[in-house]
Amino acid sequence: MNVLASLPFFITESILIAAGFLILLLDLFVENKKALGWLAFAGILVSAFFIRVPAEPQPLFFGHFLVDPFSVFFKTAVLGIMAMTVLMTLAYKALPPKQEGEMYAILSFLGVGLIMMGSASNLLMIFISIEFVSLTSYILAGFEKKDPKSNEAALKYLLFGSVASGVMLYGMSLIFGLTGTTELLGIKAAVSASALNHLLLLAMVLLMVGFAFKISAAPFHMWAPDVYTGAPTPVTAFLTVGPKALGFAVLLRVLMTAFTPFIFYWSAILAALAALTMTFGNVIAVSQTNIKRLLAYSSIAQAGYILMGAVAATQIGLSGVLIYIVAYAFTNLGAFVVVIIAANHFGTEDIESYAGLAKRSPFLAAALTVFFISLAGIPPLAGFIGKFYVFAGIIQGRFYALAVIAALNSAVAAYYYFKVVKQMYFTEPKDCAPLAQPFPLMAALGIAFAGVFILGVCPAPLIELARVSLSF
Amino acid sequence: MFPILSATVFLPIAGMIAILLTPKTQTKLIRQIATGVSAVVFLLSAIATLQFDSGDTGMQFVEKVAWIPQMNVFYHLGIDGISIPMVFLTGLLGLLACVASYGIEVRVKEYFALYLLLLTGMMGTFIALDLFLFYVFWEVVLVPMYFLIGIWGGPRKEYAAIKFFLYTLAGSLFMLLGILALYFNSDPHTFDMVQLAAVHPYSLGFQKVIFLALFLGFAIKVPIWPFHTWLPDAHVEAPTPISVILAGVLLKMGTYGFMRISYPLVPDGARWFGIYMAVLALIGIVYGGFVALAQTDFKKMVAYSSVSHMGFVILGLSVFTYSGFDGALLQMFNHGTITAGLFLLVGVLYDRTHTRDLNSFGGLGARVPVYAAMLMLFSLASLGLPGMSGFVSEFLCLLGSFTVYKYITMASCAGIILGAAYLLFMMQRVLLGPLNPKWKELPEINGRELFTLVPLIVIILLIGIFPQGILNLFGPTTHALVDALGGIAR
Repeated sequence: MNVLASLPFFITESILIAAGFLILLLDLFVENKKALGWLAFAGILVSAFFIRVPAEPQPLFFGHFLVDPFSVFFKTAVLGIMAMTVLMTLAYKALPPKQEGEMYAILSFLGVGLIMMGSASNLLMIFISIEFVSLTSYILAGFEKKDPKSNEAALKYLLFGSVASGVMLYGMSLIFGLTGTTELLGIKAAVSASALNHLLLLAMVLLMVGFAFKISAAPFHMWAPDVYTGAPTPVTAFLTVGPKALGFAVLLRVLMTAFTPFIFYWSAILAALAALTMTFGNVIAVSQTNIKRLLAYSSIAQAGYILMGAVAATQIGLSGVLIYIVAYAFTNLGAFVVVIIAANHFGTEDIESYAGLAKRSPFLAAALTVFFISLAGIPPLAGFIGKFYVFAGIIQGRFYALAVIAALNSAVAAYYYFKVVKQMYFTEPKDCAPLAQPFPLMAALGIAFAGVFILGVCPAPLIELARVSLSF
Repeated sequence: MFPILSATVFLPIAGMIAILLTPKTQTKLIRQIATGVSAVVFLLSAIATLQFDSGDTGMQFVEKVAWIPQMNVFYHLGIDGISIPMVFLTGLLGLLACVASYGIEVRVKEYFALYLLLLTGMMGTFIALDLFLFYVFWEVVLVPMYFLIGIWGGPRKEYAAIKFFLYTLAGSLFMLLGILALYFNSDPHTFDMVQLAAVHPYSLGFQKVIFLALFLGFAIKVPIWPFHTWLPDAHVEAPTPISVILAGVLLKMGTYGFMRISYPLVPDGARWFGIYMAVLALIGIVYGGFVALAQTDFKKMVAYSSVSHMGFVILGLSVFTYSGFDGALLQMFNHGTITAGLFLLVGVLYDRTHTRDLNSFGGLGARVPVYAAMLMLFSLASLGLPGMSGFVSEFLCLLGSFTVYKYITMASCAGIILGAAYLLFMMQRVLLGPLNPKWKELPEINGRELFTLVPLIVIILLIGIFPQGILNLFGPTTHALVDALGGIAR
């Protein structure tokens, strides 16, 4: 499809781009940066209004950008995550006031990049979109210019990210050399036609390394804890959810479209990655004393669980990936909202500062507890539905050893989540002043809280949505 | 028809919401709401028991609505002879422990909100007929229990709370894997316990694996030796009413799981593991008894006696005979009433003296005669005095197992002797001898405390004198289960 014919299917993205430029422009004149934040929020809402599932998959821009149920699913998820992030940024105190406007512009562009990742059906487009998302993420991670930790985060992210991109690009060039195409469907045809080509297999593995970096799967997770700890908290919340979710989207699309004949190999690789990732994340999380770092390791572990769904690559497992991502997004974003509220008040992210939170702000403590319970995968909350589905996927695919590893991991995870809960409920507070609860944060918290409950108790619509969105 | 089971399960949730909306200074109102709700729940469970048709071995009061159609998950409730005693027990102890909770004075609002959530979880576990739903309720119990031990417990409450939580969670995750494997190996895929029990088309090897996975979940809850180490910590540290619920209801969730899920769904696996269950039961009975004998902490002694008494349930379940299963189910009920009473009595004493050291008491029999009488009644019931309920069920368990494992049964009888030893030794140290001058002003047991104890003693005596009443209630169902398992009709 040519560019002009593509535009009617590109309205959501166009609005986001326009909003981004508008914010960039207005940033020069407008003193009240919060207004720009609300503008970004409005842009997201308006663009969400134009989300459509086309009757037939639409290959836009000469087949580089595919609009199908799968990409629409992730597009919707991206907009939801963006909206939450903007709400969080609006009430985050540690941001340099002058630059706050830029943040909203970058976020809007980043949203477009993420949508591109979910829709790319061509290796070239995949690389560009991943690089776009990465570069903007580096900037966001280093947004607190005066804070050395934030700088460290940005630099570390950049260095690790560049290496991963290089490896991935090397894999892509091999694939192009061997198959003569960058189209995923074309690659599939080439892979199916020939006998097992070891070089092609190697290329696939190199490609997977790049994706593993994006989803912070062990052993390519080294950047994550420092970046997640150093970045401004709303950015951390965003990074643990947005690029990670879309990393899974790309991973699934590439493996399920281009490399289905290699399923035996990539399934084994993913199983190993999953086991390693969840074990590593959980074991290290246990000894953390900073809540951001704890959530950083927890988010590594969560990526391991999500990977389990892809290991089995059955319909249940794959919808499990999508369900888990949505559940995880609500839960993790919600948890970070409470972390921001607490950090605004305490000025620190030590778990010890949460002592007696249940007495100071009962709702905040209860909400964070609910999010942790959901992350631990205990019913009847959203996280349990996700975990149930990925477990179902691997049991169906008979990966019993992985299932046992995951079960043991879940028990370890509960331990450190409840370490925070213990602080909030069992320890006496130092003073009893309730925490300030600014409107944007409480709105985000309300959305996450309701989402975690509703998805947990009535998961059927989400499950159905995930099922019809698997349109490979 | 009035959905009596749904009402029983979800009324406490409604109560919890009402309590959350009440200002926390209104402690009296909060207590009234909690008591009112648990009273109605008890009433509903009693009505269900009265309306229960004991001749029908199928499910009764069934409610079934599609919940997650993509996975064939149903909101499916129902009770049969195996669940009805447990539902009644939960309703009864739910009310009594709620009244016993009036002594809780800090963070009253949170306490009763969590307490009612706990009640929902327990009730749901005993009446869910869909494995998914069962798992949900099973896990819902964990969270409020963690807080109830961790906030209102004794000196080592935090350790006890997280230990309980992690042990049970680890076990139940393996149970979840087992449930999923059952689901994917049934055709059509289903979580319906009744359907799965009717077909169970699995190979022996598969059944063994599943039994083991489920076993981890249930055995930790019972607890079967060597998975019992969380129990003394949790029972001792928990506040009195929560110890009552732990010993009275939560432990039964484990043995109920065996009767409801493991046995009917993987019968060949269950039979294969029978002898191992019997050996573990024996170890639990004797080990629990000896350790109880060595305790100087009153509450810890009662806690270890639970390990011993629950061993009889497992022994009865390990043999697949009519009397063994009857005994096991009756022992579950009786242990619930007797041990609940003992924990309440420990609490009564602790509230007044702030110590549980058995050696610091002495001669209380003369000072507080009513309390002494109560303690004697419950202790004698616990040690299995004929004429009281504990005797009937332990006798049935041993009778049932004797036909299958003679030597194990003979050795298990040591548990009864040990029971007599530690309970009589306890009574001697608490009630007899010279009065410790520290307690010469010790006030007598009060009316509210008696209110929580008297219904239990009435039930204990009723079952002791006329066990046929309750045996007729669930007998047909347990016998049908034994028949389905290919057991011995004796």
